[in-house]
Amino acid sequence: MARITASVFTSHVPAIGAALDLGKDKEPYWQPLFKGYEYSKQWMKDNTPDVIFLVYNDHATAFSLEMIPTFAIGCADSFQPADEGYGARPVPVVKGHPELASHIAQSVIQQDFDLTIVNKMDVDHGLTVPLSLMCGQPQAWPCPVIPFAVNVVQYPVPSGRRCYNLGKAIRNAIESYDEPLNVHIWGTGGMSHQLQGPRAGLINAEWDNKFLDRLIAEPDALANVPHIEYVREAGSEGIELVMWLIARGAMSDSFDGPAPKVKHRFFHVPASNTAVGHLILENQ
Amino acid sequence: MPLEKLYLDVPGTTIFDAEQSRRGYHLNQFCMSLMKAANRERFKANERAYLDEWPMSEAQKQAVLARDLNRCIGLGGNIYFLAKIGATDGKSFQQMAGSMTGMTEEEYRNMMLAGGRSINGNRFLGEDGDAQPHRQPQGAAGEVGQPQGAADRNKAKAI
Repeated sequence: MARITASVFTSHVPAIGAALDLGKDKEPYWQPLFKGYEYSKQWMKDNTPDVIFLVYNDHATAFSLEMIPTFAIGCADSFQPADEGYGARPVPVVKGHPELASHIAQSVIQQDFDLTIVNKMDVDHGLTVPLSLMCGQPQAWPCPVIPFAVNVVQYPVPSGRRCYNLGKAIRNAIESYDEPLNVHIWGTGGMSHQLQGPRAGLINAEWDNKFLDRLIAEPDALANVPHIEYVREAGSEGIELVMWLIARGAMSDSFDGPAPKVKHRFFHVPASNTAVGHLILENQ
Repeated sequence: MPLEKLYLDVPGTTIFDAEQSRRGYHLNQFCMSLMKAANRERFKANERAYLDEWPMSEAQKQAVLARDLNRCIGLGGNIYFLAKIGATDGKSFQQMAGSMTGMTEEEYRNMMLAGGRSINGNRFLGEDGDAQPHRQPQGAAGEVGQPQGAADRNKAKAI
């Protein structure tokens, strides 16, 4: 049986990708940020999974306003890094895991979550920046990745509660897969940031750190936080944080198992316009 | 029953909901077209002619030509779509976000380095934080050389 052994949470700011791609990661501005991921890169080498289930959002890249799926699962063999307007990032092609992805799609839809199945799509910085932060700049990513895109661009986005429950359904799906795969589930986006209007540049470090505390200790209660609190306290784009609840809902303690072990916690302001948060949790 | 829009009282913020998305459909789809290098070249060669290929309102076209992102957002644009214009211009996300505050690039960058914009006074319309309507534009543009802005703000403070 496949099992989820760990969850990883990280912001996915595009400027982080640009800093790496342009070789600026040693500059004083970026050094403290990348230092916070040194542990994580080693941890990834020591704990490389067979598959990463990567929850992220598409930023008007694969999905324009022609179609706006709330939850989309990538079932393709591979996914190309997208040209978001600056040219594609010079990072490896993302290899998928079509068999496990299709299995998850079938199982999760039967648990009453209406996933959109995507057999062709490019992936943007929302997916590739977390991979870069956790894996550095390899010739190939260390394992297959199942992209799972959540609409957090056009309001209303799914609620925290729905995301948390979806995470549970994804866990059920993965644990019913016959092959003995070691799977990581990643939740990305956030933390506090606002990219628009006169309130652009909003950072709320106190709220962010409380979010990290609660994500670790009381995710079920955290799932009750309404949209308006994310928007008001963490900025209009801070609402991406609901995606972290999908990964958190897939951990053992959501099913009366033991609480996960916190392997790493990091918080840094700023990366461009954004507060960067990062957690690694291991199931016990 | 009307839809509940709890987010209308957040200052300096436009939530991209279904109504805004409808209003901005063609504007945002024009932006999407700039994800192809050939289209970026055509747009740069003659912006007006390129915009005229899209069934956008004249106000939307003018807002794009002026690179006024606040106006674009008011007319239904969404920042993740509008970012394709910035990318075409070679602008970073920080430059784009900063342009909506009235601050210079340096002022905005310094604000971020100092920990970002404070939430205090910026949760609800009617408070006195720096994102409130009566405190625009921000930075030096609202202080020196723009006596009107400063005067308005002092007036608003007095109220």
